[in-house]
Amino acid sequence: MRAATGIPGIHVAEVTHRYRKHIALDAISLDLPAGQLVGIIGPDGVGKSTLLGLITGAKKLQAGTLDVLGGPIGDPAHRRRICPAIAFMPQGLGRNLYPELSVRENLEFFSRLFGQGEAERETRIAALLTATGLAPFANRLMGKLSGGMKQKLGLCCALIHDPKLLVLDEPTTGVDPLSRRQFWALISAIREQSPGLSVLVSTAYMEEAQSFDWIVAMDAGRVLFQGPPEGLRGGAEDLESAYRQLRAQGKPTLVQDQTQAKHGGGEPVITARGLTRRFGDFTAVDHVDFSIARGEIFGFLGSNGCGKSTTMKMLTGLLPISSGEAQLFGKPVDARNRAMRRETGYMSQAFSLYGELTMHQNLQLHARIFGIKDREARVAELTQRFGLTAHSTSLASSLPLGIKQRLSLAVAMIHHPRVLILDEPTSGVDPEARDMFWALLLELSRNEGVTIFVSTHFMGEAERCDRVSFMHAGKVLAEGTPQELMASQAADTLEQAFVSILRAAAPPAPVSAPKTAVQAEAATSGGGLTRAQAYARRETIEVLRDPVRLAFAFLGSVILMLVFCFGISLDIDELDYAALDLSQSPESRAYLAEISGSRYFRPTPPLASAAEGRSRLVSGEVSLVIELPPGFGQKLRADEPAEVLAIVDGAIPFKGETVEGYAAGLHQTFLDAQAAFRTTRPAEIARIEPRFRYNQSFESIAAMAPAMPAILLIMLPAVLMAVSVAREKELGSVTNFYVTPTTRLEFLIGKQIPYIVIAYANFLLLAAMTVAVFGVPLKGDPLPLALGALLYVWAATSYGLLIATMTSSQVAATFTTAIASVVPTIQFSGLLQPVSTLEGSAQTIGSLWPSSYFLHLNVGAFTKGLGWEALMPDILALACFGPVFTLLAVLALRAQEK
Amino acid sequence: MQRISCIFWLGLKEMMSLRRDWVMMALLAWSFTLAPVMEATGVATSVNNASIAFADEDNSPLSRTLAAAFFPPEFQPVVQIEPGTGAARMDAGHFLFVVAVPPGFEKGVRAGRVPEIQVLIDATAMEQAGIGANYITSILSTEIRRFAIGADLAAPQTLEIIIRSAFNPNRDTVRFAGINALIGQIMWLTTILTGAAMIREREHGTIEHLLAMPLSPFDIAVAKIWANAAVVLIAAALSLAFVMQGVLDISIAGSKALFLCGTALFLFTATALGVFLATVARSMAQFALLVMLTILPMLMLSGGETPVESQPDWLQAATVILPSRHYMAASQAIVFKGAGVETVWPEFLWMALLGAALLATSLMLFRRSVAHDS
Repeated sequence: MRAATGIPGIHVAEVTHRYRKHIALDAISLDLPAGQLVGIIGPDGVGKSTLLGLITGAKKLQAGTLDVLGGPIGDPAHRRRICPAIAFMPQGLGRNLYPELSVRENLEFFSRLFGQGEAERETRIAALLTATGLAPFANRLMGKLSGGMKQKLGLCCALIHDPKLLVLDEPTTGVDPLSRRQFWALISAIREQSPGLSVLVSTAYMEEAQSFDWIVAMDAGRVLFQGPPEGLRGGAEDLESAYRQLRAQGKPTLVQDQTQAKHGGGEPVITARGLTRRFGDFTAVDHVDFSIARGEIFGFLGSNGCGKSTTMKMLTGLLPISSGEAQLFGKPVDARNRAMRRETGYMSQAFSLYGELTMHQNLQLHARIFGIKDREARVAELTQRFGLTAHSTSLASSLPLGIKQRLSLAVAMIHHPRVLILDEPTSGVDPEARDMFWALLLELSRNEGVTIFVSTHFMGEAERCDRVSFMHAGKVLAEGTPQELMASQAADTLEQAFVSILRAAAPPAPVSAPKTAVQAEAATSGGGLTRAQAYARRETIEVLRDPVRLAFAFLGSVILMLVFCFGISLDIDELDYAALDLSQSPESRAYLAEISGSRYFRPTPPLASAAEGRSRLVSGEVSLVIELPPGFGQKLRADEPAEVLAIVDGAIPFKGETVEGYAAGLHQTFLDAQAAFRTTRPAEIARIEPRFRYNQSFESIAAMAPAMPAILLIMLPAVLMAVSVAREKELGSVTNFYVTPTTRLEFLIGKQIPYIVIAYANFLLLAAMTVAVFGVPLKGDPLPLALGALLYVWAATSYGLLIATMTSSQVAATFTTAIASVVPTIQFSGLLQPVSTLEGSAQTIGSLWPSSYFLHLNVGAFTKGLGWEALMPDILALACFGPVFTLLAVLALRAQEK
Repeated sequence: MQRISCIFWLGLKEMMSLRRDWVMMALLAWSFTLAPVMEATGVATSVNNASIAFADEDNSPLSRTLAAAFFPPEFQPVVQIEPGTGAARMDAGHFLFVVAVPPGFEKGVRAGRVPEIQVLIDATAMEQAGIGANYITSILSTEIRRFAIGADLAAPQTLEIIIRSAFNPNRDTVRFAGINALIGQIMWLTTILTGAAMIREREHGTIEHLLAMPLSPFDIAVAKIWANAAVVLIAAALSLAFVMQGVLDISIAGSKALFLCGTALFLFTATALGVFLATVARSMAQFALLVMLTILPMLMLSGGETPVESQPDWLQAATVILPSRHYMAASQAIVFKGAGVETVWPEFLWMALLGAALLATSLMLFRRSVAHDS
């Protein structure tokens, strides 16, 4: 299909997409017109996001054909060509933005990704910020923006490069109605200005779809309807009921129970007076007042982040109150009051039961925690009543969203609470499940007199409450029955009422289409370099603003260096020993004096028996026991054979062998002294002269301090690097790499540069510590060392990249990288066992691992005093690892999501 | 009573969750089976397969005899190198030891001129250099004496020293490395399991759910502590019986029950540390980084890697507060030396005191963090 504008539309044919066994898209076919506003509607989990991900090329096409902007998106060449023409704003407000960056920095980053020059960038950013009313907040961190502002910034970032196809995945979910209206106004202004622009948008708010040009209604991976909204609506009163009918196909819908609440009279169950909660200098809830009567359904309506959840948490005692008061049943809320908690049931915003337990186990666990008497009966009753019987043995995580929410309600109800506090219980659920849920709530309120306090950002739900409170930016703007509220604003719908109240309370900044009619400068040369730089610049800002990673980067190496060098010492001296002297002669005393006089051993009180020696060895009081037999002195004087028994604590093998060596050595010294004195010993035959090279005093620090950087400079940089890549994957900003012209190499190198700098600073720090703190002088040439270290940290960060491409979570990346860098370094690089003493395969692994070369280089330069010639082989070998690891990482990195 | 039952059931829930978390189960399996086996059999701490070269300028029957006197497993076959290249070859890292036999050495011996053999030792190889030098000196002098006098010792030394290696007569390194590895795994795993369980609860929002019920932060933390400690204790007991004794054929001198008692005491410290780190960390990734920065020093300074006596005095005084050091000392005494409760009780007492202090602190912090959180 070709629209009048001559721009090709989107053709989807037999596209199927699976996540393991789950089928997200089931052989769908679609023809979407170009140059129009196309909406995809349906509740969570029906395949909307998957479809949009495939269209933008963020996800890899598995089966079927998909043509976007005149060619198959599955063809890498075509994808690369049209990439700059597509803009994608993924689901979740600001999910592809960078919370540690300011509004302007975010925009600058996106602008650089598309290779815009300085002048063009400035013009565009200024235009976008002015148009969306974000200009006053240009320097605010993205993480500190409100929902509506995040949404606008997301749109700005998407529009920065004048796309032909704008894809927005649920851009308005959780945003207040006024911001939503502004958003749509902005979109239509933009469309007017650039007529060729196709906009593809998904939404869970059916009422928004009224104004779309074209609608695709989806359910369970299939398309229920496609065409103009009038076609879907047909005879139904609105789109939602039309959708419901389409989906239910004749199943009866629940009729709302219109019985008025039987409240009024009696003490209010929940009251709040001047309730306030501050986080630092931010006031999340600002002097909120309300009072809820028994059996009433009280609705809290407001956007994400307006303070609804915070208020609810204060009522349940989860959060302390900053000022004001909250009462349940006439008593102040007290976190320590267990009796009060038995009277309330709480359902938190996200599904917060144990996904790894079955439904039945979840119910049982909660019944046990509340100590319910006839537990089995209660669990069975709730299972039946909430229609959960069929799912009893399924894992909670595997249940559909609607069932999960019913389970949550059942759990919140298990102890017959008199008050239910439900935080956005139905967000994302399909209309039918929502009806069923509300039917349950009504029944609880009307028949059992349960007081229900529920929050929502759906107007349709607010209409079902007995009374509603509008909340915005921590304040309650209005309160009353839905009818009262509509009447007060002379509005036909609750939404209109909310919008006019909001407008009066907080007049929004006007929005207009951005005047971005800038001539793109001739594509800046070296686009790849610019993009890599953009990533490097962004990464640097992020690390500098993340105190934990920064501390880990610098303090980590310093702390570990201190611990390793002071803690791992192989200098064994001043060991305690004890003697059993059964001879008590001048000779035996001379023998013991020889031992006590050495720097290796310190005497402890003499032993009374051999058994005592044994027990002192067991307790670790002494490491050596010397037994001199009776008549030792006489035999020695008479030149008769005599024996000295030395019992060494051999529990720790290295220590044991060292002590054995010392004992034998001291024995020899004693003999030599005797011989010199009496000249009766046979003459010496040859002299054996050991020469300890590099480290004459044989102090372990001289070997240890230059060896430790070999392990620290691979572990820490690799872990930091891997975490930084895995973080993008986990938080979702990796989508920017999938859908912009960034190549894999640009992405990786760009992210790597700041870490090479950090790691190199670490090297300098450790080298300075080696000299200044541990007193090991740099005897060799510093230049080859400096060069080799640079190559080594390049290799280490590249190794982190390689591992990160294979892991998906930050935790997995951290532990995998730590193990995969520490184990080969300790085992095969010569840290404990010199490479020359490793056997066959171990030596091969060692020769394929960069630490082996850096260890030799660093120890060589520091302790052995080597120069260029001797260190050259190490430098040449180190130079190979960086490129090879980077290349492997490029090959292993997916350019699209699965 | 109701409270104890809650703690019990929450703990069981913990175990059920763990059973379904295959990543943690795999880590658990690996840590208590293959990892200690690899560590025990992989690294020999004493002189093993040492590289040695001869720069033989004498080339006499005696010098050739000397070169042939070095055998595996301690030494690799001797490599003959050009005289004068020894230092350079050592610089390049090819050899740990180079023996230089001067010209006319054999003649010198025959003539009683007491000639000198030089042994170059790479003193940056701390573990091998000292002990290896002793070996080489003793091998060389025995061979030279045998050559000169025609027998091992024609005139027997009047005073002999007999050295016995108590607790480890065969100077076996597998036992030490194996038990050491097991203890290390216990430390790592307990902290990671407990901390990760804590953070998962927070990240999934289930902790708020629990706190809205009649449970205190104390109950929640205690449930996690007992459940994870029990899992690690069982895994450690199985590993001791089937991997240490079974696969590695390690003999345990003392009482296994006493060792497990000490382990149980230590586990409370390690789980408390997990709770503590999970309270400090804002996310799983931060937790992972923190774990590395805390557990690694705890292990390194515990006396398992190198003896505590080798640490500087000020450090020895400081590491007294490390529960890992007391656990290591008690375990080594029980497993290697057969020490009984009469010997190890001070270490047990230390562990109990330190564990209680850490547990109390982390519970307090946890309660505070819950209050200030979200």
